[in-house]
Amino acid sequence: MAKDIAKTHKEWEKPLLELEDTIAKLREAARREADPVKQANYIEKAETYQEQCNRYVKLMYSNLGDWEKVLVARAEKRPYTLDYIQSIFNGFIELQGDRNGFNDNAIVGGPAEFNGRPVIVLGHQKGRNIQDRQMRNFGMAKPEGYRKAIRLFEMAERFRMPVISFVDTPAADPGVESESRGISEAIAAAMLKMFQLTVPTVSVIIGEGGSGGAIGIAVSNRVLMLEHAVYSVIPPEGCAAILWRAPERAPEAAEALQITAKSALSLGIIDEIVSEPEGAAHRDPAGASDLIKEAVVRHLDELLKLSPAELHADRHAKFRKLGKFAETL
Amino acid sequence: MEFEQNLRVCQHCQHHHRLTAQIRVDWTFDENSFVEHDTGLSSVDPLSFPDYGKKLEQMQAKGETHDSVLSGTATIEGLRVSTAVCDFAFIGGSMGSVAGEKITRALERGIELRCPVVIFCASGGARMQEGLLSLMQMAKTTGAVERCRAEGIPYIAVFTDPTMAGVLASYASVADVIIAEPKALVGFAGLRVSKQAGVGKVPDDFQTAEYVLKHGMIDRIVSRKELRATLAGLVRTLGGHLLHSEAGA
Repeated sequence: MAKDIAKTHKEWEKPLLELEDTIAKLREAARREADPVKQANYIEKAETYQEQCNRYVKLMYSNLGDWEKVLVARAEKRPYTLDYIQSIFNGFIELQGDRNGFNDNAIVGGPAEFNGRPVIVLGHQKGRNIQDRQMRNFGMAKPEGYRKAIRLFEMAERFRMPVISFVDTPAADPGVESESRGISEAIAAAMLKMFQLTVPTVSVIIGEGGSGGAIGIAVSNRVLMLEHAVYSVIPPEGCAAILWRAPERAPEAAEALQITAKSALSLGIIDEIVSEPEGAAHRDPAGASDLIKEAVVRHLDELLKLSPAELHADRHAKFRKLGKFAETL
Repeated sequence: MEFEQNLRVCQHCQHHHRLTAQIRVDWTFDENSFVEHDTGLSSVDPLSFPDYGKKLEQMQAKGETHDSVLSGTATIEGLRVSTAVCDFAFIGGSMGSVAGEKITRALERGIELRCPVVIFCASGGARMQEGLLSLMQMAKTTGAVERCRAEGIPYIAVFTDPTMAGVLASYASVADVIIAEPKALVGFAGLRVSKQAGVGKVPDDFQTAEYVLKHGMIDRIVSRKELRATLAGLVRTLGGHLLHSEAGA
Protein backbone atom coordinates (compact mmCIF):
# COMPACT_ATOMS: atom_id res chain seq x y z
CA MET A 1 0.00 0.00 0.00
CA ALA A 2 2.60 2.50 1.17
CA LYS A 3 4.65 1.77 -1.93
CA ASP A 4 1.94 3.32 -4.12
CA ILE A 5 2.09 6.63 -2.30
CA ALA A 6 4.41 9.14 -3.95
CA LYS A 7 7.26 10.45 -1.82
CA THR A 8 8.12 13.46 -3.95
CA HIS A 9 6.23 15.93 -6.05
CA LYS A 10 8.15 14.77 -9.13
CA GLU A 11 7.05 11.21 -8.55
CA TRP A 12 3.46 12.27 -8.01
CA GLU A 13 3.41 14.44 -11.13
CA LYS A 14 5.16 11.82 -13.26
CA PRO A 15 2.23 11.02 -15.61
CA LEU A 16 1.77 14.74 -16.12
CA LEU A 17 5.45 15.34 -16.75
CA GLU A 18 5.56 12.51 -19.29
CA LEU A 19 2.61 13.97 -21.11
CA GLU A 20 4.17 17.41 -21.11
CA ASP A 21 7.38 15.91 -22.41
CA THR A 22 5.48 14.24 -25.27
CA ILE A 23 3.77 17.52 -26.11
CA ALA A 24 7.09 19.34 -26.16
CA LYS A 25 8.53 16.71 -28.48
CA LEU A 26 5.55 16.94 -30.85
CA ARG A 27 5.82 20.71 -30.99
CA GLU A 28 9.53 20.45 -31.65
CA ALA A 29 8.87 17.92 -34.41
CA ALA A 30 6.27 20.25 -35.89
CA ARG A 31 8.73 23.11 -35.84
CA ARG A 32 11.31 21.08 -37.74
CA GLU A 33 8.85 19.54 -40.20
CA ALA A 34 8.95 20.96 -43.74
CA ASP A 35 5.91 19.10 -45.03
CA PRO A 36 2.86 21.22 -44.11
CA VAL A 37 0.50 18.22 -43.98
CA LYS A 38 2.76 16.32 -41.56
CA GLN A 39 3.34 19.51 -39.61
CA ALA A 40 -0.40 20.09 -39.19
CA ASN A 41 -0.69 16.52 -38.05
CA TYR A 42 1.96 17.02 -35.33
CA ILE A 43 0.34 20.21 -34.17
CA GLU A 44 -3.07 18.62 -34.01
CA LYS A 45 -1.71 15.73 -31.98
CA ALA A 46 0.09 18.11 -29.64
CA GLU A 47 -3.07 20.07 -29.12
CA THR A 48 -5.09 16.96 -28.34
CA TYR A 49 -2.50 15.95 -25.79
CA GLN A 50 -2.43 19.47 -24.41
CA GLU A 51 -6.15 19.38 -23.80
CA GLN A 52 -5.75 16.04 -22.11
CA CYS A 53 -2.91 17.44 -20.05
CA ASN A 54 -4.96 20.45 -18.98
CA ARG A 55 -7.76 18.14 -17.89
CA TYR A 56 -5.26 16.08 -15.87
CA VAL A 57 -3.84 19.17 -14.18
CA LYS A 58 -7.29 20.32 -13.25
CA LEU A 59 -8.23 16.89 -11.96
CA MET A 60 -5.02 16.30 -10.01
CA TYR A 61 -4.97 19.70 -8.34
CA SER A 62 -8.66 20.23 -7.75
CA ASN A 63 -8.86 17.89 -4.79
CA LEU A 64 -5.43 17.40 -3.26
CA GLY A 65 -5.16 15.12 -0.26
CA ASP A 66 -3.19 16.29 2.78
CA TRP A 67 -0.06 14.37 1.83
CA GLU A 68 -0.30 15.60 -1.76
CA LYS A 69 -0.37 19.13 -0.39
CA VAL A 70 2.88 18.34 1.41
CA LEU A 71 4.42 17.21 -1.86
CA VAL A 72 3.20 20.29 -3.74
CA ALA A 73 4.36 22.61 -0.94
CA ARG A 74 7.80 21.03 -1.15
CA ALA A 75 7.96 20.96 -4.97
CA GLU A 76 11.32 22.14 -6.21
CA LYS A 77 9.68 24.07 -9.02
CA ARG A 78 7.50 25.99 -6.57
CA PRO A 79 8.31 29.71 -6.46
CA TYR A 80 10.50 30.64 -3.49
CA THR A 81 10.82 33.85 -1.49
CA LEU A 82 13.30 35.51 -3.87
CA ASP A 83 11.03 34.68 -6.83
CA TYR A 84 8.17 36.53 -5.19
CA ILE A 85 10.41 39.39 -4.10
CA GLN A 86 11.51 39.70 -7.72
CA SER A 87 7.98 39.63 -9.12
CA ILE A 88 6.05 41.61 -6.51
CA PHE A 89 8.59 44.14 -5.13
CA ASN A 90 10.72 46.85 -6.70
CA GLY A 91 14.29 47.80 -5.90
CA PHE A 92 14.99 45.08 -3.34
CA ILE A 93 18.39 45.46 -1.70
CA GLU A 94 19.47 42.40 0.21
CA LEU A 95 21.02 43.03 3.63
CA GLN A 96 23.06 40.36 5.33
CA GLY A 97 24.65 39.22 8.55
CA ASP A 98 23.71 39.01 12.21
CA ARG A 99 26.43 41.50 13.29
CA ASN A 100 27.60 38.84 15.66
CA GLY A 101 29.95 36.78 13.55
CA PHE A 102 27.63 34.94 11.19
CA ASN A 103 25.49 35.20 8.09
CA ASP A 104 22.71 32.83 7.16
CA ASN A 105 21.63 32.23 3.58
CA ALA A 106 18.46 30.39 4.57
CA ILE A 107 16.78 33.67 5.49
CA VAL A 108 17.04 36.61 3.09
CA GLY A 109 15.69 40.11 3.49
CA GLY A 110 16.05 43.83 3.10
CA PRO A 111 14.26 47.02 2.11
CA ALA A 112 12.20 47.21 -1.07
CA GLU A 113 9.21 49.00 -2.49
CA PHE A 114 5.86 47.32 -2.31
CA ASN A 115 2.91 48.89 -4.08
CA GLY A 116 4.77 52.21 -4.09
CA ARG A 117 5.63 52.10 -0.38
CA PRO A 118 8.95 51.33 1.32
CA VAL A 119 8.78 48.08 3.28
CA ILE A 120 11.07 45.49 4.82
CA VAL A 121 10.64 42.13 3.12
CA LEU A 122 12.19 38.90 4.30
CA GLY A 123 11.71 35.18 4.13
CA HIS A 124 13.16 31.70 4.13
CA GLN A 125 14.99 30.81 0.94
CA LYS A 126 15.46 27.35 -0.52
CA GLY A 127 17.78 26.40 -3.36
CA ARG A 128 16.94 24.66 -6.63
CA ASN A 129 20.13 22.84 -7.60
CA ILE A 130 22.45 20.85 -5.35
CA GLN A 131 24.88 23.73 -4.82
CA ASP A 132 22.14 26.21 -4.10
CA ARG A 133 20.34 23.86 -1.81
CA GLN A 134 23.48 23.42 0.24
CA MET A 135 24.20 27.12 0.28
CA ARG A 136 20.63 27.74 1.50
CA ASN A 137 20.81 24.77 3.89
CA PHE A 138 17.53 23.48 2.38
CA GLY A 139 15.76 26.53 3.76
CA MET A 140 16.60 25.57 7.34
CA ALA A 141 17.70 28.70 9.15
CA LYS A 142 20.35 28.79 11.86
CA PRO A 143 20.36 31.20 14.82
CA GLU A 144 22.04 33.84 12.67
CA GLY A 145 19.07 33.73 10.29
CA TYR A 146 16.65 34.67 13.04
CA ARG A 147 19.10 37.25 14.39
CA LYS A 148 19.33 38.80 10.93
CA ALA A 149 15.51 38.85 10.92
CA ILE A 150 15.58 40.64 14.30
CA ARG A 151 17.90 43.28 12.83
CA LEU A 152 15.48 43.78 9.97
CA PHE A 153 12.48 44.00 12.33
CA GLU A 154 14.30 46.64 14.39
CA MET A 155 15.09 48.61 11.29
CA ALA A 156 11.47 48.43 10.18
CA GLU A 157 10.43 49.83 13.56
CA ARG A 158 13.00 52.65 13.47
CA PHE A 159 12.10 53.76 9.99
CA ARG A 160 8.36 53.10 10.23
CA MET A 161 8.31 50.50 7.45
CA PRO A 162 5.70 47.73 7.26
CA VAL A 163 7.11 44.19 7.36
CA ILE A 164 6.18 41.46 4.91
CA SER A 165 7.57 37.99 5.61
CA PHE A 166 7.45 34.88 3.46
CA VAL A 167 7.51 31.55 5.25
CA ASP A 168 8.94 28.50 3.51
CA THR A 169 11.02 26.16 5.65
CA PRO A 170 10.94 22.47 6.51
CA ALA A 171 12.17 23.36 10.02
CA ALA A 172 14.84 25.40 11.75
CA ASP A 173 18.30 23.83 11.48
CA PRO A 174 18.63 21.04 14.05
CA GLY A 175 22.43 20.66 13.89
CA VAL A 176 25.18 20.98 16.49
CA GLU A 177 26.26 24.41 15.23
CA SER A 178 22.74 25.75 15.67
CA GLU A 179 22.43 24.32 19.16
CA SER A 180 25.76 25.78 20.16
CA ARG A 181 24.70 29.24 19.06
CA GLY A 182 21.25 29.04 20.65
CA ILE A 183 18.73 28.29 17.92
CA SER A 184 15.91 28.11 20.47
CA GLU A 185 16.72 31.51 21.92
CA ALA A 186 17.05 33.00 18.44
CA ILE A 187 13.57 31.80 17.44
CA ALA A 188 12.01 32.93 20.72
CA ALA A 189 13.74 36.31 20.51
CA ALA A 190 12.53 36.79 16.92
CA MET A 191 8.93 36.12 18.01
CA LEU A 192 9.34 38.48 20.96
CA LYS A 193 10.69 41.18 18.66
CA MET A 194 7.74 40.76 16.30
CA PHE A 195 5.39 41.25 19.25
CA GLN A 196 7.15 44.52 20.07
CA LEU A 197 6.67 46.08 16.65
CA THR A 198 4.32 49.01 16.18
CA VAL A 199 4.41 48.88 12.37
CA PRO A 200 2.04 46.69 10.30
CA THR A 201 3.24 43.15 9.71
CA VAL A 202 1.93 40.57 7.23
CA SER A 203 3.21 37.02 6.82
CA VAL A 204 2.52 34.71 3.92
CA ILE A 205 3.07 30.96 4.20
CA ILE A 206 4.11 30.21 0.62
CA GLY A 207 5.34 26.61 0.87
CA GLU A 208 6.32 24.73 3.99
CA GLY A 209 5.43 26.28 7.33
CA GLY A 210 7.72 24.06 9.38
CA SER A 211 7.05 24.42 13.11
CA GLY A 212 9.32 26.69 15.22
CA GLY A 213 11.35 27.57 12.16
CA ALA A 214 8.21 29.04 10.61
CA ILE A 215 6.56 30.78 13.56
CA GLY A 216 9.88 32.51 14.33
CA ILE A 217 9.13 34.97 11.51
CA ALA A 218 5.35 34.63 11.35
CA VAL A 219 4.05 36.49 14.40
CA SER A 220 2.24 39.07 12.30
CA ASN A 221 -0.92 41.14 12.40
CA ARG A 222 -2.15 39.17 9.43
CA VAL A 223 -1.09 35.68 8.43
CA LEU A 224 -2.02 34.53 4.94
CA MET A 225 -1.43 31.14 3.43
CA LEU A 226 -1.22 29.94 -0.14
CA GLU A 227 -3.87 27.39 -1.09
CA HIS A 228 -1.42 24.50 -1.40
CA ALA A 229 1.03 25.50 1.34
CA VAL A 230 1.23 23.50 4.56
CA TYR A 231 1.72 24.68 8.15
CA SER A 232 2.56 22.21 10.88
CA VAL A 233 3.83 21.83 14.43
CA ILE A 234 6.07 18.94 13.35
CA PRO A 235 7.03 17.45 9.97
CA PRO A 236 4.73 14.52 9.14
CA GLU A 237 7.77 12.22 8.99
CA GLY A 238 8.81 13.23 12.51
CA CYS A 239 5.29 12.81 13.81
CA ALA A 240 5.06 9.32 12.28
CA ALA A 241 8.44 8.44 13.75
CA ILE A 242 7.32 9.44 17.25
CA LEU A 243 3.80 8.02 17.06
CA TRP A 244 4.39 4.78 15.24
CA ARG A 245 8.19 4.61 14.97
CA ALA A 246 7.54 4.52 11.23
CA PRO A 247 8.51 7.62 9.25
CA GLU A 248 7.09 5.97 6.12
CA ARG A 249 3.63 6.50 7.59
CA ALA A 250 4.06 10.25 7.07
CA PRO A 251 0.99 10.49 4.81
CA GLU A 252 -1.21 9.30 7.69
CA ALA A 253 0.50 11.70 10.06
CA ALA A 254 -0.09 14.56 7.61
CA GLU A 255 -3.81 13.87 7.80
CA ALA A 256 -3.85 13.58 11.57
CA LEU A 257 -1.94 16.86 12.00
CA GLN A 258 -4.35 18.82 9.77
CA ILE A 259 -1.71 20.87 8.05
CA THR A 260 -3.64 22.38 5.16
CA ALA A 261 -4.59 26.02 4.67
CA LYS A 262 -8.24 25.07 5.06
CA SER A 263 -7.58 23.54 8.49
CA ALA A 264 -5.45 26.49 9.59
CA LEU A 265 -8.26 28.85 8.58
CA SER A 266 -10.92 26.87 10.41
CA LEU A 267 -8.75 26.80 13.56
CA GLY A 268 -8.49 30.59 13.36
CA ILE A 269 -4.73 30.49 12.88
CA ILE A 270 -4.59 32.21 9.50
CA ASP A 271 -6.64 35.11 8.22
CA GLU A 272 -7.04 34.20 4.58
CA ILE A 273 -6.28 31.50 2.04
CA VAL A 274 -4.67 32.94 -1.08
CA SER A 275 -5.84 30.95 -4.11
CA GLU A 276 -3.26 29.52 -6.46
CA PRO A 277 -3.55 29.40 -10.25
CA GLU A 278 -4.78 26.13 -11.76
CA GLY A 279 -2.13 23.47 -11.31
CA ALA A 280 -0.51 25.31 -8.37
CA ALA A 281 1.90 28.26 -8.12
CA HIS A 282 4.75 26.58 -10.02
CA ARG A 283 2.66 26.27 -13.21
CA ASP A 284 1.98 30.00 -13.22
CA PRO A 285 4.37 31.93 -10.97
CA ALA A 286 3.27 35.28 -12.40
CA GLY A 287 -0.36 34.45 -11.69
CA ALA A 288 0.51 33.36 -8.15
CA SER A 289 2.48 36.57 -7.61
CA ASP A 290 -0.51 38.67 -8.67
CA LEU A 291 -2.80 36.82 -6.29
CA ILE A 292 -0.38 37.23 -3.37
CA LYS A 293 0.15 40.90 -4.13
CA GLU A 294 -3.56 41.61 -4.29
CA ALA A 295 -4.13 39.95 -0.90
CA VAL A 296 -1.17 41.57 0.85
CA VAL A 297 -2.09 45.03 -0.50
CA ARG A 298 -5.62 44.61 0.81
CA HIS A 299 -4.51 43.52 4.30
CA LEU A 300 -1.77 46.10 4.50
CA ASP A 301 -4.16 48.88 3.53
CA GLU A 302 -6.44 47.86 6.38
CA LEU A 303 -3.57 47.74 8.86
CA LEU A 304 -2.24 51.12 7.77
CA LYS A 305 -5.41 52.68 9.15
CA LEU A 306 -4.39 51.58 12.67
CA SER A 307 -2.20 53.63 15.01
CA PRO A 308 1.16 52.22 16.20
CA ALA A 309 -0.37 51.36 19.59
CA GLU A 310 -3.35 49.69 17.92
CA LEU A 311 -1.07 47.61 15.69
CA HIS A 312 0.86 46.42 18.74
CA ALA A 313 -2.32 45.59 20.65
CA ASP A 314 -3.94 43.94 17.62
CA ARG A 315 -1.04 41.51 17.22
CA HIS A 316 -1.05 40.60 20.90
CA ALA A 317 -4.81 40.08 20.91
CA LYS A 318 -4.65 37.96 17.78
CA PHE A 319 -2.25 35.40 19.26
CA ARG A 320 -3.58 35.67 22.82
CA LYS A 321 -6.86 34.07 21.86
CA LEU A 322 -5.39 31.04 20.02
CA GLY A 323 -5.96 27.65 21.61
CA LYS A 324 -8.86 25.29 22.20
CA PHE A 325 -9.70 23.96 25.67
CA ALA A 326 -12.56 23.44 28.07
CA GLU A 327 -12.98 25.60 31.14
CA THR A 328 -15.31 25.13 34.08
CA LEU A 329 -15.50 27.74 36.77
CA MET B 1 13.94 8.34 53.46
CA GLU B 2 17.35 9.73 52.83
CA PHE B 3 16.61 10.12 49.13
CA GLU B 4 13.55 12.29 49.84
CA GLN B 5 15.44 14.34 52.40
CA ASN B 6 18.04 14.94 49.78
CA LEU B 7 15.30 16.30 47.46
CA ARG B 8 15.51 13.25 45.20
CA VAL B 9 19.09 13.99 44.35
CA CYS B 10 21.34 10.94 44.34
CA GLN B 11 23.92 11.36 47.10
CA HIS B 12 26.50 9.44 45.14
CA CYS B 13 26.27 10.85 41.63
CA GLN B 14 24.29 14.03 42.32
CA HIS B 15 21.76 13.01 39.71
CA HIS B 16 18.69 15.22 39.99
CA HIS B 17 15.66 12.96 39.53
CA ARG B 18 12.56 14.41 37.96
CA LEU B 19 9.89 15.84 40.27
CA THR B 20 6.15 16.05 39.82
CA ALA B 21 4.78 19.58 39.70
CA GLN B 22 3.16 19.23 43.11
CA ILE B 23 6.38 18.11 44.82
CA ARG B 24 8.25 20.91 43.09
CA VAL B 25 5.77 23.40 44.48
CA ASP B 26 5.98 21.89 47.97
CA TRP B 27 9.76 21.98 47.99
CA THR B 28 10.18 25.44 46.49
CA PHE B 29 7.65 27.74 48.08
CA ASP B 30 6.79 28.68 51.65
CA GLU B 31 4.71 26.08 53.43
CA ASN B 32 1.04 26.19 52.48
CA SER B 33 1.58 29.40 50.51
CA PHE B 34 0.73 27.95 47.11
CA VAL B 35 -2.75 28.65 45.80
CA GLU B 36 -3.59 26.89 42.58
CA HIS B 37 -5.27 28.97 39.84
CA ASP B 38 -6.82 28.07 36.51
CA THR B 39 -8.13 24.80 37.97
CA GLY B 40 -11.06 24.60 35.59
CA LEU B 41 -8.96 24.23 32.45
CA SER B 42 -8.80 20.92 30.66
CA SER B 43 -7.57 19.70 27.30
CA VAL B 44 -9.93 18.80 24.51
CA ASP B 45 -9.13 16.84 21.37
CA PRO B 46 -9.63 19.54 18.74
CA LEU B 47 -8.21 17.52 15.82
CA SER B 48 -9.64 14.12 16.82
CA PHE B 49 -6.03 13.02 16.76
CA PRO B 50 -5.33 9.25 16.91
CA ASP B 51 -5.44 8.01 20.53
CA TYR B 52 -5.28 11.50 22.04
CA GLY B 53 -8.79 11.49 23.47
CA LYS B 54 -8.13 8.11 25.04
CA LYS B 55 -4.85 9.30 26.50
CA LEU B 56 -6.50 12.34 28.06
CA GLU B 57 -9.19 10.14 29.60
CA GLN B 58 -6.55 7.84 31.05
CA MET B 59 -4.77 10.78 32.66
CA GLN B 60 -8.07 12.05 34.06
CA ALA B 61 -8.82 8.60 35.45
CA LYS B 62 -5.46 8.61 37.22
CA GLY B 63 -6.50 11.82 38.92
CA GLU B 64 -4.12 13.97 36.89
CA THR B 65 -6.22 17.08 36.61
CA HIS B 66 -3.82 19.93 36.02
CA ASP B 67 -2.66 18.83 32.56
CA SER B 68 1.05 19.46 31.98
CA VAL B 69 1.22 22.72 33.93
CA LEU B 70 0.32 23.55 37.51
CA SER B 71 -0.17 27.30 37.94
CA GLY B 72 -0.88 29.63 40.81
CA THR B 73 0.52 32.08 43.30
CA ALA B 74 2.82 31.46 46.23
CA THR B 75 5.40 33.11 48.44
CA ILE B 76 9.08 32.37 48.60
CA GLU B 77 10.82 33.57 51.76
CA GLY B 78 7.75 35.69 52.25
CA LEU B 79 7.87 37.30 48.80
CA ARG B 80 4.87 36.91 46.53
CA VAL B 81 5.31 35.34 43.10
CA SER B 82 3.13 34.10 40.29
CA THR B 83 4.25 30.67 39.21
CA ALA B 84 3.75 27.87 36.72
CA VAL B 85 5.33 24.45 37.00
CA CYS B 86 5.48 21.98 34.13
CA ASP B 87 4.74 18.37 34.86
CA PHE B 88 6.72 15.99 32.70
CA ALA B 89 4.59 13.11 33.93
CA PHE B 90 1.64 14.45 31.94
CA ILE B 91 2.21 13.49 28.27
CA GLY B 92 5.86 14.45 28.48
CA GLY B 93 5.07 17.89 29.83
CA SER B 94 4.06 18.78 26.30
CA MET B 95 2.58 22.21 25.61
CA GLY B 96 -0.88 22.15 24.11
CA SER B 97 -3.62 24.75 24.42
CA VAL B 98 -4.07 24.27 28.18
CA ALA B 99 -0.37 24.47 29.02
CA GLY B 100 0.02 27.53 26.79
CA GLU B 101 -2.97 29.19 28.41
CA LYS B 102 -1.73 28.49 31.94
CA ILE B 103 1.78 29.77 31.22
CA THR B 104 0.24 32.87 29.62
CA ARG B 105 -2.06 33.47 32.58
CA ALA B 106 0.78 32.96 35.05
CA LEU B 107 2.76 35.68 33.25
CA GLU B 108 -0.29 37.94 33.08
CA ARG B 109 -0.96 37.34 36.78
CA GLY B 110 2.51 38.71 37.45
CA ILE B 111 1.45 41.93 35.69
CA GLU B 112 -1.90 42.05 37.51
CA LEU B 113 -0.43 41.43 40.96
CA ARG B 114 2.76 43.38 40.28
CA CYS B 115 4.95 40.48 41.36
CA PRO B 116 7.75 38.44 39.75
CA VAL B 117 6.98 35.31 37.78
CA VAL B 118 8.82 32.03 38.32
CA ILE B 119 8.32 29.23 35.79
CA PHE B 120 9.73 25.72 36.08
CA CYS B 121 10.13 24.17 32.64
CA ALA B 122 9.98 20.42 32.06
CA SER B 123 8.75 19.49 28.63
CA GLY B 124 9.49 17.51 25.52
CA GLY B 125 8.11 20.42 23.48
CA ALA B 126 4.86 21.29 21.75
CA ARG B 127 2.03 18.75 22.00
CA MET B 128 1.78 17.43 18.47
CA GLN B 129 -1.66 15.94 19.15
CA GLU B 130 -3.09 19.47 19.01
CA GLY B 131 -1.28 20.31 15.79
CA LEU B 132 -0.97 23.96 14.84
CA LEU B 133 -2.80 25.04 17.97
CA SER B 134 0.23 23.86 19.94
CA LEU B 135 2.62 25.72 17.66
CA MET B 136 0.59 28.86 18.32
CA GLN B 137 1.14 28.45 22.07
CA MET B 138 4.79 29.22 21.40
CA ALA B 139 3.77 32.61 20.06
CA LYS B 140 1.07 33.17 22.67
CA THR B 141 3.35 32.54 25.65
CA THR B 142 6.14 34.62 24.12
CA GLY B 143 3.66 37.46 23.65
CA ALA B 144 2.92 37.33 27.38
CA VAL B 145 6.64 37.55 28.15
CA GLU B 146 6.82 40.67 25.99
CA ARG B 147 4.01 42.25 28.00
CA CYS B 148 5.84 41.40 31.25
CA ARG B 149 8.95 43.10 29.93
CA ALA B 150 6.99 46.20 29.00
CA GLU B 151 5.50 46.28 32.51
CA GLY B 152 8.78 45.73 34.36
CA ILE B 153 7.73 42.37 35.73
CA PRO B 154 10.75 40.11 36.32
CA TYR B 155 10.43 36.61 34.92
CA ILE B 156 12.72 33.82 36.04
CA ALA B 157 12.80 30.44 34.28
CA VAL B 158 14.20 27.25 35.74
CA PHE B 159 15.15 24.61 33.18
CA THR B 160 14.63 21.19 34.71
CA ASP B 161 15.07 17.87 33.00
CA PRO B 162 14.09 18.01 30.15
CA THR B 163 13.50 21.45 28.62
CA MET B 164 13.19 20.92 24.90
CA ALA B 165 11.98 22.04 21.49
CA GLY B 166 8.82 24.18 21.37
CA VAL B 167 9.05 25.12 25.04
CA LEU B 168 12.74 25.96 24.89
CA ALA B 169 12.18 27.88 21.64
CA SER B 170 9.48 30.08 23.15
CA TYR B 171 8.75 31.44 26.62
CA ALA B 172 11.58 29.50 28.29
CA SER B 173 14.45 31.13 26.42
CA VAL B 174 13.30 34.74 26.77
CA ALA B 175 13.18 34.84 30.56
CA ASP B 176 15.09 37.66 32.26
CA VAL B 177 17.10 35.10 34.19
CA ILE B 178 17.55 31.44 33.31
CA ILE B 179 18.65 28.86 35.85
CA ALA B 180 19.09 25.17 35.13
CA GLU B 181 19.34 22.12 37.32
CA PRO B 182 22.55 20.12 36.89
CA LYS B 183 22.63 17.77 33.91
CA ALA B 184 19.13 18.73 32.77
CA LEU B 185 18.54 17.94 29.10
CA VAL B 186 18.19 21.27 27.27
CA GLY B 187 17.90 21.36 23.51
CA PHE B 188 16.03 22.27 20.37
CA ALA B 189 15.78 19.09 18.35
CA GLY B 190 15.28 15.69 19.91
CA LEU B 191 18.13 13.36 19.09
CA ARG B 192 15.84 11.23 16.94
CA VAL B 193 15.00 14.26 14.82
CA SER B 194 18.64 15.33 14.64
CA LYS B 195 19.69 11.89 13.53
CA GLN B 196 16.98 11.79 10.87
CA ALA B 197 18.30 15.11 9.63
CA GLY B 198 21.72 13.53 9.34
CA VAL B 199 23.43 15.28 12.24
CA GLY B 200 26.70 13.45 12.76
CA LYS B 201 28.81 13.15 15.88
CA VAL B 202 27.75 15.33 18.77
CA PRO B 203 29.77 16.54 21.77
CA ASP B 204 29.56 14.36 24.91
CA ASP B 205 27.75 17.02 26.88
CA PHE B 206 25.50 17.99 23.94
CA GLN B 207 22.12 19.40 24.97
CA THR B 208 22.84 19.46 28.68
CA ALA B 209 22.57 22.31 31.16
CA GLU B 210 26.37 22.38 31.25
CA TYR B 211 26.56 22.67 27.46
CA VAL B 212 24.12 25.56 27.21
CA LEU B 213 25.83 27.35 30.12
CA LYS B 214 29.16 27.04 28.30
CA HIS B 215 27.56 28.52 25.19
CA GLY B 216 26.10 31.49 26.98
CA MET B 217 22.47 30.52 26.74
CA ILE B 218 21.69 30.38 30.47
CA ASP B 219 22.83 32.28 33.57
CA ARG B 220 23.63 29.61 36.14
CA ILE B 221 23.39 25.97 37.07
CA VAL B 222 22.03 25.65 40.57
CA SER B 223 21.67 22.45 42.54
CA ARG B 224 18.25 21.64 43.90
CA LYS B 225 19.41 22.21 47.45
CA GLU B 226 20.31 25.82 46.68
CA LEU B 227 17.54 26.59 44.26
CA ARG B 228 15.10 28.06 46.78
CA ALA B 229 17.62 30.53 48.13
CA THR B 230 18.74 31.55 44.65
CA LEU B 231 15.18 32.10 43.48
CA ALA B 232 14.33 34.08 46.60
CA GLY B 233 17.41 36.23 46.05
CA LEU B 234 16.43 36.96 42.46
CA VAL B 235 12.82 37.68 43.36
CA ARG B 236 13.98 40.03 46.12
CA THR B 237 16.44 41.94 43.95
CA LEU B 238 14.84 42.00 40.52
CA GLY B 239 11.40 42.50 42.05
CA GLY B 240 12.58 45.09 44.57
CA HIS B 241 11.15 47.98 42.59
CA LEU B 242 7.71 46.38 42.74
CA LEU B 243 7.79 46.18 46.54
CA HIS B 244 8.70 49.83 46.82
CA SER B 245 5.94 50.93 44.48
CA GLU B 246 3.50 48.79 46.44
CA ALA B 247 4.59 50.38 49.72
CA GLY B 248 4.20 53.82 48.19
CA ALA B 249 0.74 53.09 46.87
